[in-house]
Amino acid sequence: MSARVGVITFPGSLDDSDTARAIGLVGAEAVGLWHGDADLRGVDAVILPGGFSYGDYLRAGAIARFAPVMGEVVAAARRGMPVLGICNGFQVLCEAGLLPGALTRNESLHFVCRDEWLRVDNASTAWTSRFEPGAEILVPIKHMEGCYVADQSTVDELEGEGRVVFRYVDNPNGSRADIAGIADASGRIVGLMPHPEHATDALTGPSDDGLGMFLSVLDHLVAA
Amino acid sequence: MTSTDTIDTVEHALATPDHPQPYRELGLRDDEYERIRAILGRRPTDAELAMYSVMWSEHCSYKSSKVHLRYFGETTTDEMRSKMLAGIGENAGVIDIGDGWAVTFKAESHNHPSYVEPHQGAATGVGGIVRDILAMGARPLAVQDSIRFGPADAPDTRRVLPGVVAGVGGYGNCLGLPNIGGEVVFDRTYAGNPLVNALCVGAMRVQDLHLAHASGTGNKIMLFGARTGLDGIGGVSVLASDTFSGDEDGGGRKKLPSVQVGDPFTEKVLIECCLELFAAGLVVGIQDLGGAGLSCATSELASAGDGGMVVELDRVPLRAKGMTPAEILSSESQERMCAVVQPADVADFLAVCRKWDVIATEIGEVTDGDRLVINWRGATVVDVLPRTVAHEGPVYQRPIARPSTQDSLVADSPDSLARPATAAELRATLLRMVASPNLASRRWVTQQYDRYVRGGTVLAQPADSGMIRIDERTGRGVAVSTDCNSRYVALDPYRGAQLALAEAYRNVAVTGATPAAVTDCLNFGSPEDPGVMWQFREALHGLADGCRELGIPVIGGNVSFYNQTGSVAILPTPLVGVLGVIDDVRRRIPIGFGAETGESLLLLGTTRDEFGGSEWAHVVHNHLGGQPPRVDLAVERLLAEVLAVAGREGMVSSAHDLSEGGLAQAVVEAALIGETGCRIVLPVDADPFVWLFAESSGRALVAVPRAAELRFTEMCTARRLPWTRVGVVDADVDAVEIQGVATIGLSDLRVAWEGTLPALFG
Repeated sequence: MSARVGVITFPGSLDDSDTARAIGLVGAEAVGLWHGDADLRGVDAVILPGGFSYGDYLRAGAIARFAPVMGEVVAAARRGMPVLGICNGFQVLCEAGLLPGALTRNESLHFVCRDEWLRVDNASTAWTSRFEPGAEILVPIKHMEGCYVADQSTVDELEGEGRVVFRYVDNPNGSRADIAGIADASGRIVGLMPHPEHATDALTGPSDDGLGMFLSVLDHLVAA
Repeated sequence: MTSTDTIDTVEHALATPDHPQPYRELGLRDDEYERIRAILGRRPTDAELAMYSVMWSEHCSYKSSKVHLRYFGETTTDEMRSKMLAGIGENAGVIDIGDGWAVTFKAESHNHPSYVEPHQGAATGVGGIVRDILAMGARPLAVQDSIRFGPADAPDTRRVLPGVVAGVGGYGNCLGLPNIGGEVVFDRTYAGNPLVNALCVGAMRVQDLHLAHASGTGNKIMLFGARTGLDGIGGVSVLASDTFSGDEDGGGRKKLPSVQVGDPFTEKVLIECCLELFAAGLVVGIQDLGGAGLSCATSELASAGDGGMVVELDRVPLRAKGMTPAEILSSESQERMCAVVQPADVADFLAVCRKWDVIATEIGEVTDGDRLVINWRGATVVDVLPRTVAHEGPVYQRPIARPSTQDSLVADSPDSLARPATAAELRATLLRMVASPNLASRRWVTQQYDRYVRGGTVLAQPADSGMIRIDERTGRGVAVSTDCNSRYVALDPYRGAQLALAEAYRNVAVTGATPAAVTDCLNFGSPEDPGVMWQFREALHGLADGCRELGIPVIGGNVSFYNQTGSVAILPTPLVGVLGVIDDVRRRIPIGFGAETGESLLLLGTTRDEFGGSEWAHVVHNHLGGQPPRVDLAVERLLAEVLAVAGREGMVSSAHDLSEGGLAQAVVEAALIGETGCRIVLPVDADPFVWLFAESSGRALVAVPRAAELRFTEMCTARRLPWTRVGVVDADVDAVEIQGVATIGLSDLRVAWEGTLPALFG
C-alpha cells in the first residue's frame, strides 16, 4: 500500500494537477479532494495547492478557509495529519489559523515569477527531513502576495523555536526575516510560498530539488 | 422601469416604416442600412439594427479584408491541408500533431481597448482568445502575447505598458495558463495606438473536436457563465439614450466605460466547467461570446446549423437594471459561453454547471425553420435569416494604391549612414545596441507572468520559441513563436511579411521542433486609405505565397484595421505565429551556451551587407529606409531540416536564431542566458561591422560539441547549407571576447542588457 496524499481543489486552484503529478513521481497516490465535500477520503496527508482560490478578490485565502473541506483539514491537522500549504495554500493555512502571520502584497507591487534559492533552516519537519540542514535548493516562486508579515513576538517565537523552515537567499518580496516558509510547533504543518511541485524535473523546472519535500512526508508516514 | 410600449417590436417596426433610426451613429452607411431594409422587407427593429450594425462592423464581418483573405484558401494545397482538422472560419484552426492529439492555436488583437484602458483591455484580450480555444473543445494550455508601444521613454508608454503587462499577467496568471513567450516592441507609430495581440494554444484528443453549430430541432440553447451587463455595449447605447430619462434606470447610468472588465476567476471556473461538460458528452455545439456578444453567438450558431433558432431574451441573467433587448444582444460582458444541448441532457448539463457554481440558463431552442427569432416579454423583437447577419454582410473591394512615398522610402538606403570603424566604436555600438529598448532583456515584463503552471513548460522567454509538452507519456510537444518586424514590412510589405514568417518559422526550428502550421494577426491602418490597402494586400500575398513555399498552412487568423493616430497609420504589422511539433520535448535545443566548454560556434546561413530597416539604423541613426533583407525560404526550410536532425541526434547543444541586432545580439544573449563566455573569431576577410550587426535572414548560431562537429559540418555541406566557424564556447573567460574588436565581461553585458526596462518602468 502506497501512501495516499490528498490535494484539495478549490474553485480557482491552479497547481493542483502539478502537485498531484509530484506526488505520483515519488511513488505515492494522489487523491483529489473537493472544496465542497467535508471529506478527506481517508488520506494520510493533505496538500493545499497554489492558485487563486475564489479569485482572491478579497484577501488571498480568506474565503477558502470557510470551505467545507477545511473543517476536516483543521480537525485532521489537530490529530497529527501532515498538512502542506503551497503559495495560495500557505495563505489559506494562515487564514485558517493553522499557521501564524499573513501574506501581503509583494514589496515591488508586481506579480513575480522567478527561480529562487532557498536555504533549508529546519530539516526536521514532516516535509523537510530529506534535506540537509542549511542546504540551498532552487525552486520557483510565482505570486503577487508573498510578503510574509507577523508581529515581532510571533517572529521571535518562530525564530526561537526554529520554525522558520525556508529562507530566501535573495528576498524577492519583502518578507520579514527573509521567511519563505514556516512550520507549526509540531513540525507537521508547513506552509511556503515557493513551489516545490514545479521543481521536480529539470525539464520543466529549474531543478528537481522540490522532490525532497514529497519524499520527506512519505518517510514521515512510514515512520509514524 | 422600461415599459413594453417603448420597446421596438417587429410589429411596431412594420407599423412605423418611416421611424428615423440612428444607423449612422452605429457605424452603418446609407447603402448598408438600405440593404438591411431590403433583406427584411421592412425597417429593422432597434434590436435587429443593433445586431446588424455590430455584426457588419469591420471587426466582425471582415468586409474590407474578405476578398483578400480568400487568397489563403487559394494557395493552400491538398498536401498542406492533410493535417488540418479545422481551418479559417472556425473559432480557431486545428491540426493533427500525432499520437492522437489535435492542437489548436490562434492570435487575436485587442488594440483599441488597450489604449483606452490598458489593464482591462489587455486582460480581456487574453480572456477572449482563451474562450476561442475552449470553444473548439480543447483545453487551453498556454498563452503568448505580442505587445507594441510608442517610444520606450515616452510619458504615455509609462501609462500604457505597465497596465498592459499587469493586465496580461493578472488575467493569465489567475487563469492558470503559463505565458511562454511573445514580443515587446517599441516604435513611435504605436504611441497613440498600441498593439496587444494575444495568442492561446490548446489541445484535445482528435475525436473530441467541437465545432460551433446548432443542429437538431428541439435542442436547447444554454447560456452559461457570467451575467450580462452594460459593459462593452459601445455604440449601441445611442439607441437607448434618447428613449430613457436620466434616472438610474435610464440613459443617465448607461454611460459606462466601453471597455469590458475581465474576471479571470469566473473564466477559470468556466474553463473547468466546459471541459467537464465536453468530457461527459453533454454538448452538441458551442460558441464563445466575444465581440458582438449574443448577437454574434446566436446568429453564428444558427447559421452554421441546419435549422432555425428561437431565443427568449427575458431569460438572460442580467447584472444591470433596465437593459433593452438591443443592449442585451450587444453587450460584450466577458466570461460567457453558449452551448447547444439535447433536451435529455439539460438536467445533467445544469448539474455540472451547479458543481462549478456557474450560472446556466436555457434561453431558447433550435427550431425546424430557417429563421432566428428573438422574443422579449412576449413580443418578437428580432426575426431574421441568421446568415444575413453572420455571413452575408457587405463585402468591399477597397481602392488599392501603392503610396507615392514608397519610392523615396526605398531609395533612402542606409548605405550612406556612418558606420563604426574602430574597435572602440564597435564596442560602444555593441553595448548601445544590447541596451536599446527593442533588444534589451524582456525580463522585467516576463517575470510578471507565470511560466510554470500546468507543469508542461519546457521553454519560455527568453527562448526563441515557447515550448510545452502535450503528452506526458510520449513527450510529444509543440513550440510556438510569434514575430513581425514591422520596419521591414513598411519598406516592402510582401517581403516583410515573408520575413516575419521566416523568423517565426526559424524560431520554432532552432528549438528542434518541425514547423507545422501558421496563424496570423494582421494589424494595419485604415482600410479606407488606398496605401494601407496596398500594404495589406501585399503583406497577405507575401504571407500566403511564403506558406505555400514552406508547405505549412495558415489555419486561422485575425484582421485589425484602423490602427492609427489621426491620419498617421502604425507601421504595417502582420504578426505571424508558427506552431511546430516535436516528438519528444526532452530533445529540445536550448538557447544558452554552456553544455560543455570548448564547443565550436558555427554560424549557419549567409551574412550580407543588409541594414535596411535594421535595428542598428533605428537605434544609432533613427533611420528607416532602403530594402529589407533578402528572403530565401528554401534556405529557411533547409535550415529547419538540419536543425531538426541535429536536435534529434544530439549534434548541437544550443541554437539561437539571428534576427534584430544580428550576430552580436545572438552571441550576447546566448552567453548571458547560458552564463558562459565565448571567444568569437570572425573570418579573416570579414568586415566586422557587417558580420556583427547585419540582419540577413536565414541564419542561426549553433554550439556544436567537438565530438559531433565533423558529422554536423559534413551534413551541412552535403545539404548545401552554408556554415562558418565563428568561435568557441569558453567557460573560463566570463566574457564575450571578439578578437580584434573587444572583450566585454558578462557582468557588464548583463548590466547593459537587463538594466534598460527596469530603469524605464521601475
